[in-house]
Amino acid sequence: MLDFVLKSVVTVLIPFIQMFGLYVIFHGALSPGGSFAGGMILGLGFIALNVVFGLEKGQEKFSDEMAGFLVSLGPIWYGSIGLVGILRGANFLVNKDSGLPMGEPGTLISGGMISLITLGIGIKVASTIVTLFNALTEEE
Amino acid sequence: MRNKNMTHRTILRRVFSVILLILSLYIIILGVIELPPYGAPDNPVHNYVAQRYIEDALEDTGVLNMVTAIIVDYRAYDTLIETTVLFTAIMAVMITLKKDPSKN
Repeated sequence: MLDFVLKSVVTVLIPFIQMFGLYVIFHGALSPGGSFAGGMILGLGFIALNVVFGLEKGQEKFSDEMAGFLVSLGPIWYGSIGLVGILRGANFLVNKDSGLPMGEPGTLISGGMISLITLGIGIKVASTIVTLFNALTEEE
Repeated sequence: MRNKNMTHRTILRRVFSVILLILSLYIIILGVIELPPYGAPDNPVHNYVAQRYIEDALEDTGVLNMVTAIIVDYRAYDTLIETTVLFTAIMAVMITLKKDPSKN
């Protein structure tokens, strides 16, 4: 796994892979894609780093502690955004009645809590897939 | 003598498992027969819900992508539990596969 061509190509490609993953996550409300697909692409960028440069180098960029923290953060973030509805006197996880700014349909920041929840799920899926890959490859 | 007994028991066990399989297959087929025909216009799934989503999704949620509107707004509970399912799966993987650093 120390091939020069592979290393150079992946070094150039990883920023674009992760940019595309973030694009798919943030445009989940506007275009096909969404949190699960975007989080998968974001996680695959880290997996490419782990495969080509080895697990030690990957741990420097995205450690297991960080991944475990983000895996737990996803559902907590989701649930606490759902609680905004209760604080505003509506039901759990309602969107329109919760008072979050709805924005104009078709712009990047629109849909109230949908963009925030999409971001949370994306981070969770990315860290889940990286943790899964690391756990499976550490077993020699 | 003992060997012969064992073979009888294995034969009995196999016959019993085949009978059990046929019985469970019969129960499953009974369930499948009652399903409505595929693609028929008067199926129970073709009710007002799909029409409601298509007409009101933009006004209710303010997003253009109707799939996102359904999974994060109308079906937000389902997606919340889905993330906890992912969390449970990753916990199971960590428990079974992760090496204990204190044992090395």
